[in-house]
Amino acid sequence: MSSDDILAVRDLKVSFTARRAGRKYRVQAVDGVSLSLAEGEVLGIVGESGCGKTTLGRAIVGLVQPDGGNIAFKDDDAIAAGGAALRAMRLNVRMVFQDPYASLNPRRTIGDSVAEAGDINGIFRDRTDRSAMIASTLTAVGLDPSFATRYPYELSGGQRQRAGIARAILPTPSVVVADEPVSALDVSVQAQVLNLMMDLREQLRLSMLFISHDLGVIGQISSRVAVMYMGRIVERGATRTVLDHPLHPYTRALIAAIPKPDPSKRILGAIEASEPPSLFKRPAGCAYAARCPLASDRCLVDIPQLRSAGADDRALACHNV
Amino acid sequence: MSRDVAILWLKPFIARPIALAGLCILLATVLAAVFAPWLSPFDPYAIDPVTRLTPPNTIHWFGTDQFGRDTLSRVIHSARMALLIGSGVVVFALATGVPVGVLSALFPRLGHVLMRMVDVLMAFPALLLALGLIVILGPSVANAILAIGVGYMTTTTRIVYGLTLRLRAETYVEASRSMGAGTIWLISKHILPNLVSPLLVQASFVFAFAQLGAASLDFLGLGAPPEIPSWGNMLAESRTFITRAPWLLFFPGMMIVATAFSLNLVGDALRDRLDPRFRQVFGEKG
Repeated sequence: MSSDDILAVRDLKVSFTARRAGRKYRVQAVDGVSLSLAEGEVLGIVGESGCGKTTLGRAIVGLVQPDGGNIAFKDDDAIAAGGAALRAMRLNVRMVFQDPYASLNPRRTIGDSVAEAGDINGIFRDRTDRSAMIASTLTAVGLDPSFATRYPYELSGGQRQRAGIARAILPTPSVVVADEPVSALDVSVQAQVLNLMMDLREQLRLSMLFISHDLGVIGQISSRVAVMYMGRIVERGATRTVLDHPLHPYTRALIAAIPKPDPSKRILGAIEASEPPSLFKRPAGCAYAARCPLASDRCLVDIPQLRSAGADDRALACHNV
Repeated sequence: MSRDVAILWLKPFIARPIALAGLCILLATVLAAVFAPWLSPFDPYAIDPVTRLTPPNTIHWFGTDQFGRDTLSRVIHSARMALLIGSGVVVFALATGVPVGVLSALFPRLGHVLMRMVDVLMAFPALLLALGLIVILGPSVANAILAIGVGYMTTTTRIVYGLTLRLRAETYVEASRSMGAGTIWLISKHILPNLVSPLLVQASFVFAFAQLGAASLDFLGLGAPPEIPSWGNMLAESRTFITRAPWLLFFPGMMIVATAFSLNLVGDALRDRLDPRFRQVFGEKG
């Protein structure tokens, strides 16, 4: 972990036990992910449904217990330390959720929801301090302070997501884990919310882990990107480099799947309709081998490890590139 | 604000005349219970051998029983016992069912044990369970409440358990946990407030079934002491005079049916009010 990193995840493993037809299966949702987040940086995590990107985010904010590896916040292994260090991390690493309709309690006012982290951790001096902080936070996310006394059903999807962001920045954290924060919103609202998140990042000096399946959105907001496939990072690097010169065949396929204004200008790559292998039956070698146009015999038996592939932290996990 | 809320809650009743009728019957019963001494034309305990078993007439509107007691006065006074038993059972069912259901859902290990015990209780028909408990505890009003309450505590627990399992998985509960919320915070701020509306509906049904249960126990002589006026006791006493004085069965029987029916109607209307599919109809944004 270098000195300007605020969050470092090393070899994180998360698994779930699932039952199917009476038999127990272990599903390795996150399978040895390492990443670091520098202060003020936006790291994009991209991958298709079920690749483990949401589980990764949930593990970082403490919603699921990892069964291997560690999560270090500002040089401390907060999860191992527990107690006060974990509490500090809970306030410093916060989450914005995907579905703005499900993420606010319908029985609580917007103000109560926004102030929740402060209320739980007892940071407000008194009621006036509390309402002042709620008002300034609502203003910061572009909502009128009068929204504090309203209920979620009175708000539109975009307004609710703004409230969800307000909840994540009171008190101001160091890291925000944003799990598909705009994918449930209309395209026009998406841009507004993305701009808001960029502005807040600058004003509050937030570092952000931005989880999305949408490379277009990732390209707009993040400076670095990590591509996940079946619980592992397969490619990593500066966003522009990865998007313009993808190395891993899976990244190429993802980029090829972005709808283009001119359909004749497609990046050559595997355009596939196939699905990833079942999480219950993980292939022995590279998880992508079955769908990969470059797959060789070695890919079927040997899991490719993430290795350095150039300047700017560029890394790749593929035998044949 | 509070006026708007009141209108919102009244709307399903206004939209459905039969539900409004149910609400009126219910209110009438409550008023009868509260003002029984002033509403009753006669003392419900006063014996008058001269006028025994008189059919309904202008003086005794509902007739008199085998001791010459005024049936109308006894029917009115019986509403007190009905409300006492009904609210007692509701309070008992909620006070036990809510904590057991919530804790079972939040702590799966504890839940496995508690919910199996609830399953065992549920395997008995409610009335059989009540009879068994009364035989053990002895007949009294308090024991009747307990005996009937145990039967409805199980259904309440099941409902609370299921709802809490669902609430526990809600994103806003996860958000709260990710910010360091403990169990007490989750229960008081997220789970209980979201249980209030469905429990209101459940309470109205439990109240209605408690009426039937209490009447059954009274009829069998296992509920309120026989001298206390209650609809079940009145039925029990008068059944030997069924051919000579049918009015003695008709009026208390009607009251049992009317209160249970009205409570079901009110419960239905409350449920419709709380069902999101009906909300649009009543003009609330979903």
